Amino acid sequence: MAINGVWPFAACQMPPSFSTAGETIDNLFNGIHVLAVVILLATGGLIGFVLWRFDHRRSPDEKAAYFSHNTTLEFVWTLVPGIILVFLAFYQMSAWSENKMVRPTTIVNDVEEQPPPLVLVKAKQFGWEFHYAGEDGVIETADDLYIEGLLVVPRGQDVVLQLESRDVIHSFFVPELRLKQDVVPGMSQFAWFNANQTGEVDILCTELCGWGHYKMKARLRIVETDEFETYIEELRSTYKAPLASATEQLSKTSVADAGVTRD
Amino acid sequence: MDPIQQTPQHRPNAVRRFFSAYVFSSDHKVIGMQFLFSSLIWLGIGGLLALAVRWQLAWPWSNMPFFGNALFADNGGQISPEFYNTLFTMHATIMIFFVVIPILSGAFGNYLIPLMIGAEDMAFPRLNMVSYWFMWPAFACVIAMLFVPGYGASAGWTSYPPLSVLASATPTETAQTLWVLALLFAGISSMMGAINYMTTIIQMRAPGMTMFRMPMTVWAMFVTALMQAFALPVLTSALIMQLSDQIFQTGFFLPENASANNSMAASGGGQVLLWQHLFWFYSHPAVYIMILPAMGMVSDMLACFSRKPLFGYKPMIFSILSIAGLGFVVWGHHMFISGMSRMLAVSFMVSTMLIALPSGIKVFNWIGTMWGGRLHLTTPMLFSVGFVSMFIIGGLSGIVMAAPPVDIVIHDTYYIVAHLHYVLFGSSILGVFGAIYFWFPKMFGRMMNDGLGKVHFFLTFIFLNGTFFPMHFLGRMPRRLADPYVYDSLKDLMGLNQFMTFCAFAMGATQLIFIGNFFFSIFFGKRAGENPWRSNTLEWTAPSPPPHGNFLTQPIVSRGPYEYSHPDRESDFWPQAEET
Repeated sequence: MAINGVWPFAACQMPPSFSTAGETIDNLFNGIHVLAVVILLATGGLIGFVLWRFDHRRSPDEKAAYFSHNTTLEFVWTLVPGIILVFLAFYQMSAWSENKMVRPTTIVNDVEEQPPPLVLVKAKQFGWEFHYAGEDGVIETADDLYIEGLLVVPRGQDVVLQLESRDVIHSFFVPELRLKQDVVPGMSQFAWFNANQTGEVDILCTELCGWGHYKMKARLRIVETDEFETYIEELRSTYKAPLASATEQLSKTSVADAGVTRD
Repeated sequence: MDPIQQTPQHRPNAVRRFFSAYVFSSDHKVIGMQFLFSSLIWLGIGGLLALAVRWQLAWPWSNMPFFGNALFADNGGQISPEFYNTLFTMHATIMIFFVVIPILSGAFGNYLIPLMIGAEDMAFPRLNMVSYWFMWPAFACVIAMLFVPGYGASAGWTSYPPLSVLASATPTETAQTLWVLALLFAGISSMMGAINYMTTIIQMRAPGMTMFRMPMTVWAMFVTALMQAFALPVLTSALIMQLSDQIFQTGFFLPENASANNSMAASGGGQVLLWQHLFWFYSHPAVYIMILPAMGMVSDMLACFSRKPLFGYKPMIFSILSIAGLGFVVWGHHMFISGMSRMLAVSFMVSTMLIALPSGIKVFNWIGTMWGGRLHLTTPMLFSVGFVSMFIIGGLSGIVMAAPPVDIVIHDTYYIVAHLHYVLFGSSILGVFGAIYFWFPKMFGRMMNDGLGKVHFFLTFIFLNGTFFPMHFLGRMPRRLADPYVYDSLKDLMGLNQFMTFCAFAMGATQLIFIGNFFFSIFFGKRAGENPWRSNTLEWTAPSPPPHGNFLTQPIVSRGPYEYSHPDRESDFWPQAEET
């Protein structure tokens, strides 16, 4: 029951960014916070001053000033915050459209194309499955390579994930990538990122998905491109392809095992 | 006559009189106080649930001292992960639907609207009574949850399908159904209240009480009633659809082949996101339903204790109206990462940025009200200033979250928990406390102890910031995790969580001062007289407590509610009903 490390400085920061979009988002995050802290200190200080200056005990015999409005002042404190908010809105609109709105494209034979998703992520109570393309190079086919709990991706290229759920809503959250996307049953979601560092970080579920929500975790490993290719090769050679229906069955059984006595 | 024969005739009358005066009363003041007492009891229960949540976050899976063995005996004295979900689900449900909404609209709306506009009662007194008694089936549903598996709903107060609908996905399916029923009853109660408030304010104002002579409290209650009347039907129909999904196996909110844990697929064919749109279409306006009345009451208290006219009365009214209007087009900011179209996020971001503007105008006007005044720092005044300062923090963190690129990082983390508690606890509940201290003399004819009130304020203020401010630093800790420390990257947050839990327990203990002060003052407080705060509004011209029918003579209104420190007068206030 000991209190360890009360001072919040260690917790203050978001973890270091691992993605190219991270810098834009962090700048926005810090910028808005600086603005917020300035406004907070100014208004807080003003309230403190008013409480001290206009306390009735300071001038017990005087009556309060009698005024009820000031149109100029109302205009000023409507327009100035209004301009700041419009500026903020436009600034983040571009950050949003550049990084999160449209799937990244590549130019193939002078035609702009959306690269196919690298990994099919299937969320379920309470774990993550990652399906890589088999020999045919396409996901969602019988020869998919399937692994649970560890997502390996290459550094320095646009990675697109296709997110689907087997049961309820989950949410795919990697703080280091500044990436979060709800995984909705009955829909395919796409999430993308471009990692600029190698390393291994947590994947968290951030949408309440049942009693085991807290332990629905996986790891994300970002490696160099050649390392990634070796990894896939190894996976492919050691992988014993189960029958297409068996994959389905296998994953469902493991879910049932995890949730015994729950239904 | 023989006394033995007399008694049986006498007794039913006395009993009936007691019931019609205090239980099934159609007097708006009694109904208001019934709302007040039931909400305060639920506030205590909801607070204890929150403390259990805090316990688990500070010392996960450890045996709770004193209570653990009694409460969680079947789990070895610990909180189980299922029960943790139940705890925060029921905490939020109770606080929102049984505490903040009923205490603001039900208790203060009922008590103050007729008194402040000079009416003898509501337009529909019987409907008013029914509106209170519709809360009791809701209470019964929540109590009934204790007797079904899981002891309560556990799908979050947002109750997102499929988790809340698929029996195979959640162990608390029966409780989910009771949860839907409880919300249906509470919602119908609010709807009846809203119709009553609107009609009363439009039809029953005293002679001379024009719309622009109404106190801000009445304006805020009026706009709140409008919002409830427009938003609640959407929630009601969504709840009925979810009920039908649960009971009749329909598939409004279930996709094709919805199933969990290898169970048989449900019929499905619906849309999971539809529930979120319908739910937030009600629940975002509900956020303003939960704060506008407090804003109105705080405006009145600030003017009274500054002894100065409210600064910018009309801009305040217009900003309340624009908050209400914009409040209906911002719901999508709860869904930036939900799978909703990413283009749509931009328009919701713009409307959310816009709603910050009227909120800012209100803050500046409150400071303008105090500027140049002669401030009397009584307990209600301290709570009102506390309201304004906490609202600034809650409003500023709202701007951070309105930005979709930033929101995707902090969505569903403790940053959101910080924001919503600054707005709902830091603002609304502080405003409610202030209002209780302010109108207590009118309700019970006696003053609450001011010294104890100040101790209550300062301790609550300190510990509420100690509990909720550090949550701003937990933008990487997802909410609703029974044990965040299973993630290596979150292990270092334990100390901070323990600090917040200490503050939360201290804040809970502080409320004992309030409870003691409240009940002591009902019986032994200093006699208040008609107008202890030397306030202008009409309720202070009625006796304390006002009799059935409220006013001894019909008040005639000659001026606005904020004529404090008028230069032509010797006295520093000028009651609305005083003849010129």
